[in-house]
Amino acid sequence: MTLHFKSILIFWGLLFCTIARAATITVYPNQTINAAVQQAKPGDVIRVMPGTYREKGIIINKPIILIGVDHPVLEGEHKYEILTIISNNVIVQGFTIQHSGYSSMDELAAIRLKNVSHVSIRNNHLLNNFFGIYCQHADSCVISGNQIESDGTSELESGNGIHGWKCDHLIIANNSITGHRDGIYFEFVTNTLIFHNNSFKNIRYGLHFMFSHSDTYVKNIFSNNGAGVAVMYSHKVIMHQNEFRENWGSSAYGLLMKEITDSHAEGNLFYRNTSAVYMEGSNRIHIIHNRFLHNGNAIKLQASCEDNIIEQNNFSGNSFDVSTNGSLVLNRFSKNYWDKYEGYDLNKNGIGDVPFRPLSIYTLIVERNATAMMLFRSPIVNLLERAEKILPGITPESLKDDEPLMKPLPL
Amino acid sequence: MKKIIKYILLDILRNKIIIAYTLLLMVISMSLFLLEDNASKAMLGLLNITIIIVPLVSIIFCTIYMYNASEFIELLIAQPIRRTKLLTGVYLGLVASLFIATLIGIGIPVFIYSPDTSGFTLLFTAIALSTVFASLALLSAVMTRDKAKGIGLALLLWFYFSFIYDGLVLMILFQFADYPMEKTMLALSMLNPIDLGRILLLLQLDISAMMGFTGALFRDFFGSSQGIIFAAGNIILWMILPALLAINKFKNKDL
Repeated sequence: MTLHFKSILIFWGLLFCTIARAATITVYPNQTINAAVQQAKPGDVIRVMPGTYREKGIIINKPIILIGVDHPVLEGEHKYEILTIISNNVIVQGFTIQHSGYSSMDELAAIRLKNVSHVSIRNNHLLNNFFGIYCQHADSCVISGNQIESDGTSELESGNGIHGWKCDHLIIANNSITGHRDGIYFEFVTNTLIFHNNSFKNIRYGLHFMFSHSDTYVKNIFSNNGAGVAVMYSHKVIMHQNEFRENWGSSAYGLLMKEITDSHAEGNLFYRNTSAVYMEGSNRIHIIHNRFLHNGNAIKLQASCEDNIIEQNNFSGNSFDVSTNGSLVLNRFSKNYWDKYEGYDLNKNGIGDVPFRPLSIYTLIVERNATAMMLFRSPIVNLLERAEKILPGITPESLKDDEPLMKPLPL
Repeated sequence: MKKIIKYILLDILRNKIIIAYTLLLMVISMSLFLLEDNASKAMLGLLNITIIIVPLVSIIFCTIYMYNASEFIELLIAQPIRRTKLLTGVYLGLVASLFIATLIGIGIPVFIYSPDTSGFTLLFTAIALSTVFASLALLSAVMTRDKAKGIGLALLLWFYFSFIYDGLVLMILFQFADYPMEKTMLALSMLNPIDLGRILLLLQLDISAMMGFTGALFRDFFGSSQGIIFAAGNIILWMILPALLAINKFKNKDL
């Protein structure tokens, strides 16, 4: 009763807000949605009653509102693409869309947005599809509140949860994505906001950026993904208050940044990742107010990085705080809290009086000779580290935090 | 022989040192488990104890005991007991006492706080290392008549296996950095019981994800039944060989 009431409310709300003269077409399980779409005029509302619809591909070619009542099932029978939107100003909401086709030639998706703008996809359940929501040349679209699940096992046989190709001004919010290849995949997607999504247990990355500039992602949770989050070949990326959790595996990262420039990472939490942050060829990134807890490597900063500022972060419980692969250091560390700091603070200003060298000599050794990792936790390694801390000889002189904090920052 | 084992065991257990050692292990293990919120971190702390303190105490204690018991051993030699049986008895008595100490000192905390594969690997490693170093102690005590020299030799052996060996391995790795060293590393780890124990335990902990390609190779090897048999056989060799050498030497020794 209440659900019915709610859907009526939504329906009336939409009716008043969007187009006052719109007609309503109701589709029952023995009818087809395709027929309803053909019959509809721009601005009409199509209500789909609960049931299963097998229609070998639904194409929406006019601006309409498609509403599922109690999540009717759109079944793809593992053969074809289920819903293709080729018109601007479309809303699709409240469906269960499942079993899209799989093809190694075409990227078949549960919902495809093709050269459109102002489309909204919301509150759908997507189950066991090849690709989830595929946006190509989409502009100003909203994808929100969808639950996207799949049971992919290998990278080749599964697609991405939300896939963006040459899009602009998307908003992707409150989705939950699991079991796909990449949770969210962006290629040439610009000016986009990714907000409050939960991307977990995907086969490869929770979030994957390629050549996607000026994007912002805020308050997302990326956990237990095969290799964490990868941001590559992009600039002006803003990463705020995300959580990177439990990306643990032999080649897993919390956040991998490759060839990223002019970006900003603030207030993120990195918890139990093999390498929390990995930076390669990345310049002018400001990493501030982040928490690095219980990671294997907190920051892997390759010598190809330049002018990055890493300040006011908390590092605690990491096996290694910083590792690098060369002697050149063109980045700045300052005012971080390091739990391994053993200095003192005579003038009680909260800042340690001796600089902290976060680079352990053993990480340098391992970087040059990976097999030496088998001497991990050997007493000789501990001895070497002690000696190097007292009299640095091999580790780069300039890699240090001159103003280490005595107490963790309240983050 | 049973009587000798029994006598040695009772003599050692009456000795306060082994009780103190048991308590020390117990206190350290308990406090590690209670202080660390994460059992895996506590295991890493315990690993350090297992690969430094356990071998040190076991080799020093056994060597000193052997020298202190030399009059008793001479007395027994005057009796109609075969020398082989006599020394085997002494060795087994020593091993039994260390076994009990480790089982109580490390076993009970592990059983309470971390009764899983990594916990039992740690316990197994500690017991195996105690036995191996008791065996080495027997050898150093039989080889030298002088007490100071014998203890010095024992200390040197401990130092070699804990520190020098790994330093040498590190040097070899860098000298041959241009060659694939994974298999060699596997072989090298077999030549040092402490390394073997340490690697076996690290592979059980989730820290092993950081160990890269070589780590994966080791995991594959020790994950297979062949690898386990090989490692176990290797450890048993380390327990038996020095003791056998010692017994052999003792047979013809002019006391």
